Amino acid sequence: MSKNDIYQPQQFRTPLSRARGLGAARHGVHHFITERVSGLALVPLLLWGAYAALRLIGADQHTVALWLGQPLNAVLSSLLLLVALVHLQGAMQVVIEDYIHRFTTKTALVIGNLFVCVIAGAVGIFSILKVALTVTGAH
Amino acid sequence: MTDTSRGLPERPMSPYTQVWRWHITMACSILHRGCLVALYVGAAILAGWAAALAAGPSVYAGYLSILGSPIGKLVLLGETFAVFYTVAYVIRQSFWDVGKGFAPRTADMTGAMSIAFAVVATIVTWVLAGANGAF
Repeated sequence: MSKNDIYQPQQFRTPLSRARGLGAARHGVHHFITERVSGLALVPLLLWGAYAALRLIGADQHTVALWLGQPLNAVLSSLLLLVALVHLQGAMQVVIEDYIHRFTTKTALVIGNLFVCVIAGAVGIFSILKVALTVTGAH
Repeated sequence: MTDTSRGLPERPMSPYTQVWRWHITMACSILHRGCLVALYVGAAILAGWAAALAAGPSVYAGYLSILGSPIGKLVLLGETFAVFYTVAYVIRQSFWDVGKGFAPRTADMTGAMSIAFAVVATIVTWVLAGANGAF
């Protein structure tokens, strides 16, 4: 395979794109790399999350709050939630764009997806910080 | 559609369930997408867990009783599988990103390994959960 076979952007132009004078939005590579890198970051975070969930089974609120009061646990919990939401916001947007083709429905769902992820992140991080920064008592 | 490709090959099409026969690599791809949708729910459960924890002992106990109900346990079982399958699939994709693992036989094998890993890890996790008093 020669170099020319790999990079021939004109091969991917559609008649519609030529009619409009537009090509791709050129956001594809950014999305791809975001998903790859956040996915890689999720590997250790998800495994830690599974371990943490096993450790905290059946523990009452105060025990879990004390656990979350340890800096490492608070930081890793926040990172797990944030990185997962970055990854899943992009993933869900692709699912929406693949299956929903009506412009208004698709746009509403893509925006709604973004709002859901940002709200989940805001609620989750605030709650983690509130617990971690206010918990008192013996461990 | 006369000059779409200017004499070059037509644009590649994404796999589509209606026109592609089932085989393990496409099943793995669809399962990956399904697991990401499941993890979307899982992220909401995680954010809700943090909110319940911050709301105090009684709310947290109520949240745990929902998660501990039969339906809650079923959802968490699915989340466990989704977590481990996604971990395996991201590692598989990372080998693809450096150009390795595209040979059909290798791709079939790593797909089967991803599913097998997720099933085994899910069973192990739930056995450990049972030992920690989840039931």
